[in-house]
Amino acid sequence: MSGINVIFRREFASYFATPIAYVFILIFLVLSGVFTFYLGNFYERQQADLAPFFSFHPWLYLFLVPAVSMRMWSEERKSGTIELLMTLPITRQDAVVGKFVAAWVFSGIALMLTFPLWITVNYLGDPDNGVIVASYLGSWLMAGGFLAIGSCTSAMSKNQVIAFILCAVICLLFILAGFPLVLNSFNAWAPSFLVDTIASLSFLSHFSSISKGVLTLRDVLYFSSMIIFWLLATAAVVELKQAG
Amino acid sequence: MINIAASRAVDNPAFDLSNCGVCCVIEVENLTKTFGNLNAVDGISFKVVPGEILGFLGPNGAGKSTTMKMLTGFIPPTSGRVSILGSDIETDTITAQRRIGYLPEGTPAYDEMTAASFLDFIARIRGFEPPERAQRVRSVISAMSLEGVVNQRIETLSKGFKRRVGLAQAIIHDPEVLILDEPTDGLDPNQKHQVREMIRGLSKDKIVIISTHILEEVSAVCTRAIIIARGKIVSDSTPAELQAMSPHHQAVTLRLTHSSDREAILARLNELPGVRLVEGEDRELTVLPDSSGDGLLSSVTGLVSKEGWQLEGLFQERGRLDEVFRSITAGVAHVRD
Repeated sequence: MSGINVIFRREFASYFATPIAYVFILIFLVLSGVFTFYLGNFYERQQADLAPFFSFHPWLYLFLVPAVSMRMWSEERKSGTIELLMTLPITRQDAVVGKFVAAWVFSGIALMLTFPLWITVNYLGDPDNGVIVASYLGSWLMAGGFLAIGSCTSAMSKNQVIAFILCAVICLLFILAGFPLVLNSFNAWAPSFLVDTIASLSFLSHFSSISKGVLTLRDVLYFSSMIIFWLLATAAVVELKQAG
Repeated sequence: MINIAASRAVDNPAFDLSNCGVCCVIEVENLTKTFGNLNAVDGISFKVVPGEILGFLGPNGAGKSTTMKMLTGFIPPTSGRVSILGSDIETDTITAQRRIGYLPEGTPAYDEMTAASFLDFIARIRGFEPPERAQRVRSVISAMSLEGVVNQRIETLSKGFKRRVGLAQAIIHDPEVLILDEPTDGLDPNQKHQVREMIRGLSKDKIVIISTHILEEVSAVCTRAIIIARGKIVSDSTPAELQAMSPHHQAVTLRLTHSSDREAILARLNELPGVRLVEGEDRELTVLPDSSGDGLLSSVTGLVSKEGWQLEGLFQERGRLDEVFRSITAGVAHVRD
């Protein structure tokens, strides 16, 4: 535990030691505003909720999360600090988890900084704040899933651009898996259990209920197991790369 | 394989192994690392006891860094075994790593951190709690004379300071084993001197392994030198013994004056007993001894005073390490004896 904690502190501080954190937060806030008000027709809908805000999150995360996660391991390999890190008395698992949690908490902070929207909707109307809290939690969980994928792709390459693209592509596949367009193309020929499996792996199908404020155990379990799976994969990739 | 002193260190009565056993030594057995078809490290074995400063020498690409990486648990060996003070590096990695201080090649460090926060991070990971943590950080900062730069980001530091930060993190927990991969590479002569002074100043009960391709380093700091080439150990001896293998060991050089009769002196020197060869250009003549070697200096000086030659200078060499290094690593036995 203490190993995770030390890694977490260092990684978390490193986001704010460079412009990355501020640039990311700024872009995240601007884009989520643009999506909500222009694309989401926040005012025109005349409804006191944040559904337009949350429904764009998978797409926002698609290219913002890889930007956060890409440096997680790539930079360690590129600068050689991974040799320092892996010869210090901490386990590989501690390093994987510590780095992930730092990125996850960071994305949580970015998410929390969207609170003016929540104030706005409360000022304009009378929303169900329970729904909003559940949606925030769900969105954060989903960010964790994206970040865990990014952690793994970052471990795959010392090139951050490759890590970014790989992460974005894998995340896109997981989003699209729930898209009617994709599912319909499978419907035509695939057995229904396969279609169901693909749909059940999708970020979108799990997030759509969350963005409506329904945070079920099933969705929590889904995102948790996504995180655990991709972190295990990260540890395996890190070990494999180390073995040369 | 030139194995003058494979077991000398172990025989040294100062380190009675019957008392401390495997728990205080580094044992490397048949260590091998293969990358594809390349045998980067090819079955090397050695043992290092406390008090030894082992120089790990070899041409670039000989497998020095790969060996260091395996000793510290960064990369797993393809086969073979490394035991650090009784802990196997593969099965008991964390225990072994706790007792090692390591400076990887090129001194990697987190560039965006300040020197102070970096050292604090290392102290935390090494498990130090307050108030000891701050005290450890302070003591390595003063040991490495980093006071002036502690609040600078590491990326802004000069190479010399960056190296000192790397050394500071390696010694922060006062490790029993210190492994330094090319600690003076790329430093200027003053900085090299400082780093060597630091290494010499370490307490005498530590195991220090330094990899280098700089020969002067070996005679400057090491008590023992292992030379590897193409992944194999080709020599294991003391720096003095390495020097003794040089054809120039105990060679005597005469620096003549303008008016000296070079040819006559050359002829007389060649007649001396114990002389293998006289070489040199212009006003310098170097007398190389044959295998016995000893007494060459006195017979040359005897001849000089008997003949009344005027000289600008006369000196004796200890041996040229680069010569020995070249002949050993090239696999050609141009070595005396």
